[in-house]
Amino acid sequence: MEILMSILAGILFATGVYLLLQRQLLKIIFGTALLSHGAHLFILTMGKLNRGAPPILVEGIEDYVDPLPQALILTSIVISFGVTSFLLVLAYRAYKTNQTDNMEHLRGNDHE
Amino acid sequence: MSIMLFFSILAPFIAACLVPFLFRYKRTIHTGWLVLPIPILLFLYFLLQIPNISGGNNIHLIINWIPSIGMNLSFYLDGLSLLFTLLITGIGTLVVLYSIYYLNKKEKLHNFYVFLMIFMGAMLGVVLSDNVFVLYLFWEFTSLSSFLLIGYWYHRERSRYGAFKSMIITVFGGLSMLGGLILLTIMTDTTSIREMIESKESVINSPYFTGTLLLILLGAFTKSAQFPFHIWLPDAMEAPTPVSAFLHSATMVKAGIYLSARLFLLFGGSDLFFILVTGFGLLTLCWGSYMAVRQTDLKAILAYSTISQLGMIMAMIGFGTEVAIFAAIFHIFNHATFKGSLFMIAGIVDHESGTRDIRKLGGLMTLMPISATLALFGTFSMAGVPLPFLNGFLSKEMFFKTATQISPTAPLVDQLFIIIPVLAVLGSIFTFVYSMYFFFQTFMGKSKETLEIKPHEAPIGMLVSPIVLVTFIVVIGLLPNLINEPILAPATAAVFGTVPEEHIAFWHGEINTPLLMSLAVVVLGTLLYLTRKKWSHVYRLLPGVLSANKAYDAVYEGHLRLSRKTTNMYMTGSLRHYVLYILLFLVASGGITLVVTDGFAFSTSDVAPISWPEIMVGIVMAIAAIATVFMQNRIAAILVLGVVGYGLSLLFVFFRAPDLALTQLIVETVTVALFLLCFYHLPKLDTKKQSTGTKTVNILISASVGILVTLVAIASHSSKRFETIAHYFIDESHHLGGGDNVVNVILVDMRGLDTMFEITVLGLAALGIYAMIRLRKEEEID
Repeated sequence: MEILMSILAGILFATGVYLLLQRQLLKIIFGTALLSHGAHLFILTMGKLNRGAPPILVEGIEDYVDPLPQALILTSIVISFGVTSFLLVLAYRAYKTNQTDNMEHLRGNDHE
Repeated sequence: MSIMLFFSILAPFIAACLVPFLFRYKRTIHTGWLVLPIPILLFLYFLLQIPNISGGNNIHLIINWIPSIGMNLSFYLDGLSLLFTLLITGIGTLVVLYSIYYLNKKEKLHNFYVFLMIFMGAMLGVVLSDNVFVLYLFWEFTSLSSFLLIGYWYHRERSRYGAFKSMIITVFGGLSMLGGLILLTIMTDTTSIREMIESKESVINSPYFTGTLLLILLGAFTKSAQFPFHIWLPDAMEAPTPVSAFLHSATMVKAGIYLSARLFLLFGGSDLFFILVTGFGLLTLCWGSYMAVRQTDLKAILAYSTISQLGMIMAMIGFGTEVAIFAAIFHIFNHATFKGSLFMIAGIVDHESGTRDIRKLGGLMTLMPISATLALFGTFSMAGVPLPFLNGFLSKEMFFKTATQISPTAPLVDQLFIIIPVLAVLGSIFTFVYSMYFFFQTFMGKSKETLEIKPHEAPIGMLVSPIVLVTFIVVIGLLPNLINEPILAPATAAVFGTVPEEHIAFWHGEINTPLLMSLAVVVLGTLLYLTRKKWSHVYRLLPGVLSANKAYDAVYEGHLRLSRKTTNMYMTGSLRHYVLYILLFLVASGGITLVVTDGFAFSTSDVAPISWPEIMVGIVMAIAAIATVFMQNRIAAILVLGVVGYGLSLLFVFFRAPDLALTQLIVETVTVALFLLCFYHLPKLDTKKQSTGTKTVNILISASVGILVTLVAIASHSSKRFETIAHYFIDESHHLGGGDNVVNVILVDMRGLDTMFEITVLGLAALGIYAMIRLRKEEEID
């Protein structure tokens, strides 16, 4: 199962990177969202899958899945959510100010 | 008493600190008068050391500075240092005196004297330092102060160009020298020059010997304006004339000579030292004197003349015989006297007639008789005219003598040695020509009417300094042995190790080869001077296109162009390109590491069993992810992206992560909502086709990133390094954290700090969003 999930994470990364290389701001933000999905899956896979019960202690059960990657991913989800929403508003503002969301046109000028 | 040596170096620096105050509060007096006592006192101090030094009692002083790396303020006064300190302080005194009359009170005098005092202190530091790093420190101080002095009239374009050029060339040499000095320190395990000379064997036998020698000579050659690094000196003539007289004829340009002489005992025996120093010295001698004839600016003639004379001294140090060293020392002294006075006279001519262009000058003899007389002595001494009262002749004849004596002692091919006296004579002939040109064109002939001011004799204060220097020319010319015993002999002893039995005399009582060479120089030189109009077109052939200045400019401009081109090539301003660089580096470094370290592993021994619901969700997610790339409709793209997110939360459910599934569900929902909110304001998706090339690159890069991530994931999963620490959390969650949901206990208890900052991140994002939307300039609000 881990092998297959690794491949899935790879696919998410590949599509995320492809979108990152596009011109349009919205697509770039799609790309970052996909990349963070890929990263979360990656972390989860590293913690080994399906080895026991969910990490909520119940009398009589000895085997639980690794809780640490889950804690890390939970933190990461929240952070990437913050970043994504910030980026979205940034894209909105950039478009309002510059009348374009094409990154090739948003290059700044020589005096910056 | 040896502590006085330290204060002698410190005094000019202290003076430099005080000059601005003196300038400010004593506006009625020319600041130069207030500075003048410093060099006079120092000169007297060093004069008083002569009996000590010639008696063999050298002064040594060490003050701790940074003992841990062997950097101590270690100063040493021997014959060679004494000669240089006397030149620096003596000519320094005369130059300060001269500058009082040369520079108007309206000039920025505080700047001038601050720079000059820094230079004087630095130069004293160079010649007195025994520690190589302290020597280097003062060496760069001279470069810096020279830069400041050349650029003294900084509103002039040419001054800035000259200052910049000299800075680049001398600092280039200085840094090379630092490299050489560091190598020397490593080889000999000491930072003291005298101790290095004692362990000479370890230097000569070292495999780094050649490199060290080359690096140090590079420093000496750039500073002393040897070919092809001589080009900064003529451009440094934009400095005020007192500066040219002091720095660029008498003192700073001799720092390289000083260094070569100081390290002579270390390198002197080697063939490479002989070849390089003699070769470049003679080349510089000939090229400098040849180029000097062509100049039309008085100071430019003197600049090339300085180059050529420095080449001559360098060549003599290269010869490396006892007499040659003695002659070199003698000529250092003589050159300082006649070149200092000639610069001052050029300054006077400029000051009193308004031009330095030799084509506009002429017939100043009757108008400026004193200056003309002084110039006569100076130029004839420079030319080496065989008259008994000119010191230049004496040292030049010794130069010829050493040039003819060189062949039997050195262990190289004999036939080549005939070229040394020939080059020496050739250089001297051109020296004779430009000396005559300088004197006769300026002071003889008809006076021209084109001058703006009517030329007149300079004030007496301006004439004092050249008169003193010319007095030296004559006195030493008449009585050369006056300075032999007290100054020249100890200096030679310091360079060569032994004292020569040399008696300087005008007439040796016989007609010998050097005398014949001198006569040949005079005869041929006169012929060439008289016919110079007929052969002056050779300058179109040589240097012609082979000008070192053009090479410098081309290198400099080319360098700027190249760096601009390089920067423009990769700094395109396009985000896509920068992301590409980052990803390319990631793929390359990751891929190479995987291959080189054989890091890839594949093992299915420890994997969870495959179950179909999970596979189905995975496939759906993969399809959705790939579909996002191709979506041309915004809503469809957002929804398909949502499929990936919800798929992930389903996977979290399957993989027994209830908290994650919950959070992912909520976050995904909110994100999709946000996307939907924003897309309303954003333009439609770009459906314009990208070029196939761009597309291919994008696909290749993203595919390789994906493959790399997959490989890393599989490899790290397949190679088990150590046990997980999960059991600690599971065992202690209830007991220590008081909770049964282990993930939550980790988040708020065991790793609570992460959570705190994650909350901070969220808060900051919220604040940022608020700021972006609300805080705008009035006129920007839609």
